[in-house]
Amino acid sequence: MFTRETVRRCGRETMRRWRGAGVQGVRGCVLAVALAVFVSTVVRAQGLGQPITEAEIAAWDITVMPDGRGLPAGSGTPEQGSKVFAAKCALCHGPEAKGGTNAALVGGAPLTSGIETTKTVANFWPYATTLFDFTRRAMPWQQPRSLSNDEVYAVTAYILALNKIIGPNDVMDAQTLPKVRMPNRDGFITRFPERMP
Amino acid sequence: MAGHRTKQPLQHLESAAGNGLLHRRAFLTGGAAFAAAVTGYTLSDTAAAQQLTDAPWSKGRGAAIQEYGTPSSFEKQVIRTLSNPRGEPRTQHGRTPHHLLNGTFTPNGLHFVISHSGNPDIDPAQHRLVIHGMVRRPLVFTLDALGRYPMVSRMTFVECGGNSAPLFSNQPVQADVQAIHGLVSCAEWTGVMLSTLLDEAGLDPKATWLIAEGADSLALSRSVPITKALDDAMIALYQNGERLMPGNGYPMRLLLPGWEGNMQVKWLRRIKAVDAPAMSFYEARTYAPILPDGKAYQFYFLQEVKSFITHPSPGLALRGPGLYEISGVAYSANGRIAKVMVTADGGKSWAQAALQEPVHAKAFTRFRLPWRWDGGPAVLQSRAWDEGGNTQPTRAEIVARRGQTRTPVTNLGAFPSQHYNGPTSWGVEKGGEVKHVYA
Repeated sequence: MFTRETVRRCGRETMRRWRGAGVQGVRGCVLAVALAVFVSTVVRAQGLGQPITEAEIAAWDITVMPDGRGLPAGSGTPEQGSKVFAAKCALCHGPEAKGGTNAALVGGAPLTSGIETTKTVANFWPYATTLFDFTRRAMPWQQPRSLSNDEVYAVTAYILALNKIIGPNDVMDAQTLPKVRMPNRDGFITRFPERMP
Repeated sequence: MAGHRTKQPLQHLESAAGNGLLHRRAFLTGGAAFAAAVTGYTLSDTAAAQQLTDAPWSKGRGAAIQEYGTPSSFEKQVIRTLSNPRGEPRTQHGRTPHHLLNGTFTPNGLHFVISHSGNPDIDPAQHRLVIHGMVRRPLVFTLDALGRYPMVSRMTFVECGGNSAPLFSNQPVQADVQAIHGLVSCAEWTGVMLSTLLDEAGLDPKATWLIAEGADSLALSRSVPITKALDDAMIALYQNGERLMPGNGYPMRLLLPGWEGNMQVKWLRRIKAVDAPAMSFYEARTYAPILPDGKAYQFYFLQEVKSFITHPSPGLALRGPGLYEISGVAYSANGRIAKVMVTADGGKSWAQAALQEPVHAKAFTRFRLPWRWDGGPAVLQSRAWDEGGNTQPTRAEIVARRGQTRTPVTNLGAFPSQHYNGPTSWGVEKGGEVKHVYA
């Protein structure tokens, strides 16, 4: 497909060819640019996407960014979270999050214990916002997106406190959660830096 | 036995490497005599000439055709293996039986599937795709609307980042190619280029990432660099000519040719243009492999050049000394496969395999090489190069950089790490049995 990227690439190619006086290639590129404009006009003219407002998307727009953008209003404490956890999470994750049919959410061996070390909130997760995001979008397994935002903040606070990442009385909300410093925050290496934006 | 036929006029076939590897030219010059001499791995012995009679199926009326065809009743063993057949509340895996297939495309019913919360049963008439965030015009698309855009078809493999993970075991696992490499498949995908839709929405030049999200119960979500989205990303609507299979994302998925399968969000319902990655569960935790020093790789993205031999492989025993065709698949996120080398002596000598044309970028390429097995021990291995000059690291190089488990892997469903693209070695024993070994 011809995209802005094609046009951009062609622009670079044209510059390079001019320097090398490869006239043939320039003509090809000019054609490609003309065709790209034509195709993109045709596609635009179709206009098959219908306008929608951010307000209409709100129920789906549950992405939480590491800096806290996207976090909703509401708050919760570890104590409140312990009640929610016992009622809705312990069935799979065990009492006090020590693990059951699904992962333990407390503790974790040092990552130097081996490449197959079980990754936990305490030993691995770089951002606390991920805990809120995943709990809200995917948990409880059988009834995802059934918890209130207060309940998600509370469960998040409970798990962070169990792991001693926050204090037992700390309140988690849109301001405090992104400021939580996770123990393994700096434990990562970007595999292909050249592929990163 | 098939073996004795090889004593016919094929001794002249040109040797290409140790332990019986023949030159790939034999496929062209060997002719019918070569074909007649090649031994099948699974076929029963070729019957000696005898008086032919009509079989029962030649004498009665055949069965009625089906509205939607299914394979012959004699092919019931050609199925995916399932890690969680009852759909208990954990991830399900269905693995492709590479040793029972040939060619380069995976039939839709055998395409691998990983489903973290089961396959949603989506009504296509009610499904919507939203593009919003850093765009001038947030847009919503129906499946019907997407079907009216200019369509593009391309062949490409999709591979789970955890495919081949049992090869991180410190001891060879006793498993077949399906258990080891069953989480990669290849299909022709047809759909709309994502760049077309982003153009229509008016992408903000300051946007650097997209968040893609599914309509499954997890609302599975991954962050994708815009550069990939504008390069060759597609909203795929068709798989090998028909609508996507439910397990592969019906009615639409994000296709990122060559990139980690989990990023190619299935049941796609939302794309949000943003200026940073979301650090979602699967990118911040799951697909970030731990390294020996306790650090972890993040944003692995690419499924790097890899190959493995499917014929022979564990379960496909050799039936006595003779001529065989070694074959397998090779693929790379970095373009076309340029070359595949094969060894039969554990890496001491190598012969170049024939590549089945056409060779598509970021798709399975079938390689083949004739081999005269003398009945003795052999260690088979393949090594692929892509057009970017990348090649598979040796297992020793992988272990040095990425580590291996401290105890042998016994649970083949576990993922001790991800993104293994080293070699796979098959040990052929005297009796013709094939076992996974390290070489």
